[in-house]
Amino acid sequence: MKAPAFRYHAPTDVAQAVSLLASLENARVLAGGQSLMPMMNLRVAGPDHLIDLGRIPELAGVAQVPEGLLVGAMTTQRALETSAVVARLCPLLSEAVSNVGHQQTRNRGTIGGSLCHLDPGAELPVAAAALDAVMIARGPQGERRIAFADFPADYLTSTLEPGEILTHVLLPVASARAGSAFLEFNRRPADYAIVSVAAHVTLDEAGRVAGASIAVGGVSHAPVRLADAEAGLVGALADAAACAQAGRLAATLACDGDDLYPADYKQDLCETLVRRALGAAFKRAGAGHV
Amino acid sequence: MTSASAAPARPGWIGRNAARVEDDVLLRGGARFLDDIVLPDALEATFVRSPIAHGLIRSMNLDAARALPGVHAVLAFTDLRAVLTQDDIPLALPAGGLRFDVNPTCLVIHEACYVGEPVAMVIASSRRIAEDAAALVELDLEPLPAVVDPVEGLEPGAPKARLSCPDNLVAKTKVDYGDVEGAFAGAAQVVARAFRLNKGGGHPMEPRGVVARYDEIADQLTVWNSTQMPHRAKAMLVETLGLAEHQVRVTTPDVGGGFGTKAVFHPEELAVPAAAMLLKRPIKWVEDRFESFTASIGEREQVWTVEAAFDADGRIRGIRGTLRYDHGAATPYGIALPFNAATNLIGPYALPAYRMDIDLCMTNKTPAAPTRGAGRPQGTFVMERLMDAMAQRIGLPRDEIRRRNMIQPGQMPFTIPVKQRDGSMMVYDSGDYPECQRRALEIAGWDDFPARQKQAREQGRYIGLGLTNYVEATGRGPFESVSISIGPSGRIVVSSGATAQGQGVKTMLAQVVADVLGVAPESIHVVVGDTSATPAGLGAYASRQAVTAGNAAYRAATLVAEKAKTAAAELLEASVDDLVVNDGRVEVNGVPGHGKSLTQIARALAGTPGFALPGNLPPGLSASNDFMTSGLSYTNGCHLAEVEVDPDTGGVKILRYVVVHDCGRMINPMMVEGQILGGVVHGVGMTLFEWMRYDADGQPLTVTFADYLLPTSDVVPRIEIHHLESPTPLNPLGVKGAAESGTIGAPATIVSAIEDALRPLDVRITQVPVTPPQLRALIRQAQVAESAP
Repeated sequence: MKAPAFRYHAPTDVAQAVSLLASLENARVLAGGQSLMPMMNLRVAGPDHLIDLGRIPELAGVAQVPEGLLVGAMTTQRALETSAVVARLCPLLSEAVSNVGHQQTRNRGTIGGSLCHLDPGAELPVAAAALDAVMIARGPQGERRIAFADFPADYLTSTLEPGEILTHVLLPVASARAGSAFLEFNRRPADYAIVSVAAHVTLDEAGRVAGASIAVGGVSHAPVRLADAEAGLVGALADAAACAQAGRLAATLACDGDDLYPADYKQDLCETLVRRALGAAFKRAGAGHV
Repeated sequence: MTSASAAPARPGWIGRNAARVEDDVLLRGGARFLDDIVLPDALEATFVRSPIAHGLIRSMNLDAARALPGVHAVLAFTDLRAVLTQDDIPLALPAGGLRFDVNPTCLVIHEACYVGEPVAMVIASSRRIAEDAAALVELDLEPLPAVVDPVEGLEPGAPKARLSCPDNLVAKTKVDYGDVEGAFAGAAQVVARAFRLNKGGGHPMEPRGVVARYDEIADQLTVWNSTQMPHRAKAMLVETLGLAEHQVRVTTPDVGGGFGTKAVFHPEELAVPAAAMLLKRPIKWVEDRFESFTASIGEREQVWTVEAAFDADGRIRGIRGTLRYDHGAATPYGIALPFNAATNLIGPYALPAYRMDIDLCMTNKTPAAPTRGAGRPQGTFVMERLMDAMAQRIGLPRDEIRRRNMIQPGQMPFTIPVKQRDGSMMVYDSGDYPECQRRALEIAGWDDFPARQKQAREQGRYIGLGLTNYVEATGRGPFESVSISIGPSGRIVVSSGATAQGQGVKTMLAQVVADVLGVAPESIHVVVGDTSATPAGLGAYASRQAVTAGNAAYRAATLVAEKAKTAAAELLEASVDDLVVNDGRVEVNGVPGHGKSLTQIARALAGTPGFALPGNLPPGLSASNDFMTSGLSYTNGCHLAEVEVDPDTGGVKILRYVVVHDCGRMINPMMVEGQILGGVVHGVGMTLFEWMRYDADGQPLTVTFADYLLPTSDVVPRIEIHHLESPTPLNPLGVKGAAESGTIGAPATIVSAIEDALRPLDVRITQVPVTPPQLRALIRQAQVAESAP
């Protein structure tokens, strides 16, 4: 299990990185390497060139901007996990990222790496889906914004154009009467999720649901938003019955299954995790009925 | 973890939680594992392995691989055959039940019989280039039907796993004693169960590896091998390479775990030395994790159908059934594994009549051979699940039915009329099984649990407590060797045929010798795992080294002490009876300071040209002992686990784990606890996580640690370990083995706890590992049945 030979590039700004990516044949971006390096060692991936984004200062860090929270694509998962700003402004991301892998892998793994790799069991794409994250990419033609809903193309594939690099992720800042929760089920805490759920709700003054977004991971090649359940929640009392109803809708999701984790089992998990995640989100939003 | 129970205070080193002599170098990063052996002109090897479970080689084109720059050789079987005396590797252990032996070959000759079987060998200047070249080998295999399931493989008309064998029934054997038919005929109750225990493995952190160097000038072959059994590896090399004993040295560097995986001699262990001889260049091969999953032995796949007959009061009358066992594609270890499973089923209970028919099925999977527990966890699982079933049938508490069936301490030694591998009967030598269970129940709060369980159920939580008793035959013979030598340097050198894989063998031997010679263990230099250190030895298997090597060390050290005293008596002109050995000196009792150091005595016994040796003793302050076992010593234990089941997800969380363990006298309780702890963790893996899965064509599905789940520290609870010490009468130290016992009890305990937690739903578990989807499906079925009108 040794990777085939490749050439390593370490650009120090985005322009260099974009130009390398555009000019080199069979090149891939290295954004932490917690998935790519094992894939190369297993010879599942065999790029001739690796362009390491780890030495580009402008790609790492978190900043509050008028539109929300701007997160550099090369911000490590551990930095997000321990960031007080993220915990305050985007607690769903904090909770999701703490479920990613092990602390050792979070030290190197990045938010951009995870979002672009799009593993079906990964946590961060699910949070990004629930939060309607905006993906900011730069390529030879300049900068482009992509709604997360349009970001996944297929299994392990994004809609980034050849030569494009994800530079930042823009996330909404949670409002005062908002609550969120991230839940997953796996065999061991550090594993990829079999099914994961990110729920984000806002309540009105009367304790009714003003807005809800629920994303489910692990059931398809990309996270799935529960549009029916979300629509059904608006105006409803944030109570256990609403959680149960959303759970029942989640149980009807078409799920990719296999011999080990059959589709009907994943549907059971969808029901349970949506019910529980929504309950936790309601509680955090200040609902008194769950 | 609790400390050892208060054993009577002993002077000396035996029984102390001495710091391990291995740890200083390990913790400072100074250990030298196989991959740390860097020979300046060594080449690196990789293997082209069969990508399908069963097929015939139509053609193999090595030209492109050979042409790659950096590649030194690409070898097929015929190339290596030039330096071999025979085609196969003569691994077969004698076993009456075997219908035919299937020895592996170092590379496939023409029929590949499992995914991962080595077909060709690429040798290059680096492993990376070797792998590049391996991808260029054009291997054309004609696929043949694969035998994957050990039950289907035994059905009439099943395809053959090996074309050269008459069928797949590689062995048929049985355990049979007592009046089984009579036991069932007169029984008040009979329970019947069927179980499938799936395949797992040992998965040492350091995979296997071999470095071989052939020295043309000395005409000697040196092999560094990360093995549990260097002497056996040497014997295989001597036989297959046609060399004499003095021409082959097999030595083990530091070894990062074995667990049985490294006990069997694998094809690569011949291919690498053979290639080194052929090419006359040192060659290194380090197994990668994919190879470890596909090419290293594993075990555990067993399918049981059993019934137990018992009286109205719960006393067992007899057990009968069938065991079908997945042997994999070769027979590296005879029938030992399923035989262990079937005999260990009996456990600490008086079972008057027993018949188990055992069919061993050859399959197109990696060969099976003993892995920590070596079949015993499965046998214990079956018996303990039957005990729970019997208890439930007649409404008796689970602890009480066990108590009623236990062999009592007054019945020791207790003979079971089952003949073992060495021809002797199964004899339990010592132990107090009722007391072991009593202690465990008390510690785990068995009596208070029903109230806690009721309370939890009222809150919608499903908690359960599980219970298991078991025995383990340890200290398998026939012998182990130890030599102790003190030369003019004064250094005490202990050499043994034992081997170390991280369990603290050097500390164990040092403590025993230190105890006898009155020195500190860290002052003793221990050499293990090197065929040049001892002429004979066996190594690590069957929880045996404290029993065999420990007692050999004890006897050899005693001989050294006696010789030192005899020599000192001459030098001091004192009576031997007045001398004591203490602190590295032989002194006149009661006259501190009047004596000779062991170094002085060693120098005197080394001889001076022309002068007589003290007392005309034979030269050298040294002694050897081959400790020959007179029977197996039976360790026993009782495990309790408390679990919580999430009925909505099928998730199981172990909340608490209690072990009461009896391995006789303990040399180092801390190391015993390390063994038990590791064993339980392995058992937790077997029960809830580890599952080597294959698809219907025999393709392995779990070849990374992302898919094959090992129990991590965050899913294993604190394991509370307590001890009884029932010394065995079978050896001078009174010790029994402890290395596998933790594994044996865990699966049955955890499953007992899961069923207890789900008692309101009457869920019955028939398979391990227990996965959340399977458990959720059982729960859902039960819920549907319950809500049905």
